[in-house]
Amino acid sequence: MAIDTKQQDPALTAHSRDELLALHRLMLLNRRFEEKVGEMYTRAKVGGFLHLNIGEEATFVGAIKALRPGDYVYSTYREHGHAISHGVDPKRVMAELFGRVDGTSRGRGGSMHLFDADQRFMGGYAIVAGSIALAVGTALAVQYRGGDEVVMSMFGDGATNNGTFHESLNLAKVWHLPVLFLCGNNQYGMGSAVDRVSAVHEMYRKAQGYDIPAEKVDGMDVIAVLDATTRAVKHIREEKTPYFLEAVTYRYRGHSMADPQVYRTKEEVEEWRKRDAIEGFRHRLREAGLASDEDFDAHEREVEGIVQEAVDYADASPEPEPSEELERDVYVGDLPVTWR
Amino acid sequence: MAVITYREALNHALREELQRDDNVMLMGEDIGVFDGSFKVTQGLYKEFGEKRVKDTPISEDTIVGAGVGAALAGLRPVVEIMTINFSLLATDQVVNHAAKIRYMFGGHATVPMVIRMPGGGGHQLGAQHSQSLEVWYANIPGLVVVAPATPADAKGLLKTSIRDDNPVVFIENEGLYNTKGEVPEGELLTPLGQADVKRQGKDVSLVSHSRMVLLCLEAAEELAKEGIEAEVVDLRSLRPLDAATLRKSIEKTNHAVVVEEGWGSYGITAETAATIYEAAFDFLDAPLVRISGVEVPMPYAKRMEQACIPTVQQIVAGAKKTLGKAA
Repeated sequence: MAIDTKQQDPALTAHSRDELLALHRLMLLNRRFEEKVGEMYTRAKVGGFLHLNIGEEATFVGAIKALRPGDYVYSTYREHGHAISHGVDPKRVMAELFGRVDGTSRGRGGSMHLFDADQRFMGGYAIVAGSIALAVGTALAVQYRGGDEVVMSMFGDGATNNGTFHESLNLAKVWHLPVLFLCGNNQYGMGSAVDRVSAVHEMYRKAQGYDIPAEKVDGMDVIAVLDATTRAVKHIREEKTPYFLEAVTYRYRGHSMADPQVYRTKEEVEEWRKRDAIEGFRHRLREAGLASDEDFDAHEREVEGIVQEAVDYADASPEPEPSEELERDVYVGDLPVTWR
Repeated sequence: MAVITYREALNHALREELQRDDNVMLMGEDIGVFDGSFKVTQGLYKEFGEKRVKDTPISEDTIVGAGVGAALAGLRPVVEIMTINFSLLATDQVVNHAAKIRYMFGGHATVPMVIRMPGGGGHQLGAQHSQSLEVWYANIPGLVVVAPATPADAKGLLKTSIRDDNPVVFIENEGLYNTKGEVPEGELLTPLGQADVKRQGKDVSLVSHSRMVLLCLEAAEELAKEGIEAEVVDLRSLRPLDAATLRKSIEKTNHAVVVEEGWGSYGITAETAATIYEAAFDFLDAPLVRISGVEVPMPYAKRMEQACIPTVQQIVAGAKKTLGKAA
């Protein structure tokens, strides 16, 4: 019997090589996309607030890849990668960040308000915890029609201290709604560390208070997140119950671009970077003999092309013309926006 | 034409729309098993079942939010908030979500929902149960705000609101539920954004909405005894406001009294007065008169409370004042 010289990694072997490489590619695309967006911000191509999710890729890629087409995703203001991972075209995301008419929201939303009904990416929302209630309502519509879609509500640790979070968990449980509450615990609500503002330091325990099945997963490990989310989604579809996952992760950049990060040390950030989702995953794939640096380099070249294409597309898209666009879509139909 | 109460008119509208469209469903606190705290939803839970008439926890913010989320996925929810006072707990969902979603997502989303809530005072319910806060919502682009005064308008506007693809804040009045009026048989759809002249007159326009319209009609009766022909304009829709009907009335009467039950400062009367001044200044023969609730938190004691709410006598006096006649 031949001896396998490759290191055993049972979590990997449950997945096909293509699936594993697709996870790597998508995490890398989101990383490079965000880096480019940060650069575009410093060049004033992107305005307003900008919240990058560099560092959190394993959490949102792993979670969203466990969904199937037709499932809904609601998100927050740190949502570029959430949108792209759920199938929204990076070109239209970049165009929205540039404030152009070909953006997902015709340039009216910006970084915090991406939306794509065709992909069932139900929007980025900038009121902490606000979109959790919307996800519950969409899950009600799914149940009402007898569908089997799952609605994923993505939010951070900060949202769990808000009343809407608690009301939403309660309602989802009382009505047996197919919601997956996905808490990406990046350990800081803006500049406030979790243990300074939350009486309970593990977010999943808050869901246990509503008798919602809940667990915590390593949010820097894309396979761990994918597997946990796959189990959760299956449970939701079969048992007709909400489910709660807490993925512990870390954002390397500040809360927004205007954040001097006085609330944490450089050493802490460096410690987390050592557990980097993409580097760690590459190491595992190499050790298991499933991929090599050549594969990763090919991905680098491919995503660089996609990101550049997105920038070119955004640059070429026209700005919305106020005389045509300003008062459109306030209402459906012909109701006037003013009577003066 | 049947004579029914305002409450029955609303109930009929809900029943007809539930029968007509499977996507219409109701949610709210105690609207089902309990039949509604003001009995507007009486019998509907029994008739349509708990899938379509859903009792909710006391979670105003999330009830409205769930309505928005359900609407985004194609349902047409009618959410009842027990009173407008409690709706303040839901203002984030009404103002930051329901009102914004279509526009901020580039017109790619629609939120076809109705948020019903009664306001008003006069029942010795104290400061936290007696407010008229419609102006809070009427200020917000993206919302439609209606406030019917009669059973016919209550029915016709509610049916139209349910069929409309915009988020509609539908403001009722606790003091109107038992009032009666004629309601036409058959399908009744009253357009949004259109005021209604409830009584024709040529001397002075009495402009108001919701329960104050009834007081204006009484005032018009009083004034008629003295030979003054008052026109009563019922705004019906607060957003959008029907400036054309207002202007037409002022062009005819050249005098105006604007009335609201709530606080006038920055209020509905502030908006109607400004609209009249901007649209019809040249037609006014005298400064208009504003009549509104006394600007204190609503007190409990009966005479104290009554002293806060506009009266027929005040409206009559206001009309005489703008007409330059002795009170």
